[in-house]
Amino acid sequence: MPRPDPEKVAEAVFAALAEPSRRGILSALAVRGPATATDLASQLPITRQAITKHLELLAAAGLVLAEPGERRRIRYRVNAAPMAMAQSYLAALARDWDGKLARLQRSLDATELNAPAPPSGATAPELNTPELNTPAPPSGVAAAEMEWRSK
Amino acid sequence: MPIPDRIERTIELAQPPERVWEALTSEAGLGGWFGHRATVDLRPGGTAYVEWDGKDSKVALTIVVVEPPTRFAWTWGIQGLPASDPRRTYVEFTLAPSGGGTRLTVVESGFAQLPDELLDTAYHGNTEGWRKELAELAGYLHAPA
Repeated sequence: MPRPDPEKVAEAVFAALAEPSRRGILSALAVRGPATATDLASQLPITRQAITKHLELLAAAGLVLAEPGERRRIRYRVNAAPMAMAQSYLAALARDWDGKLARLQRSLDATELNAPAPPSGATAPELNTPELNTPAPPSGVAAAEMEWRSK
Repeated sequence: MPIPDRIERTIELAQPPERVWEALTSEAGLGGWFGHRATVDLRPGGTAYVEWDGKDSKVALTIVVVEPPTRFAWTWGIQGLPASDPRRTYVEFTLAPSGGGTRLTVVESGFAQLPDELLDTAYHGNTEGWRKELAELAGYLHAPA
């Protein structure tokens, strides 16, 4: 079988979540557990017919799994795998390397200003932050420690 | 809407590679700019644990490359996914001397990996199989009683 395309998977999740009724259905299944279209119709302000249509679409996108329920009715449950795909997409946007690297730069500049040797004319932006005021260990010690650690 | 699989940043730092290396790899360093506290077992295969204030769980970085002072790499989990999710992204720092300072490049890749669950037959089976089942069911429901 062909591998699913990650982009298609994430797209299906976002398309499903863009529609309020489908969000309602997915939320109901996530919160209350597996349910039939009839169960969902009694829980949500959506007609049973509309729910059936939405469930078909959600199942086709792999967002819900259909399984045999009581009285020949199909029961649906949330399938988390595509959500995890969408989450990893969001995680890429949320990693914030810009913020982390800016903090690295500030902390390097700050420890340099706090060090006894170099003459300081400039002022670092966030010297009040306690972590930035922690002086770095002398580099010789750090190097020795590093060497020790790598053994 | 392509999934960004790879994030790349380059930053020019005033400090020489040795200083930057120390900030990237030491407990004081990783616990300073990256997290709030860190323990580091600095060797390939070693683990660094990073903690943030206000977060209960530590984040574990599995160290992959330790080549002072030029290359440092780890793998770690994807934010928002359960710890049991096997997918990890790969983070690699490259340090190059640049006019007395350092050009630091960070590349994080692997966001577009598929979770195992998406590769197993249940997923495909569901997509194809139940589409048919549903069509049959719809026929059954619409048949005159």
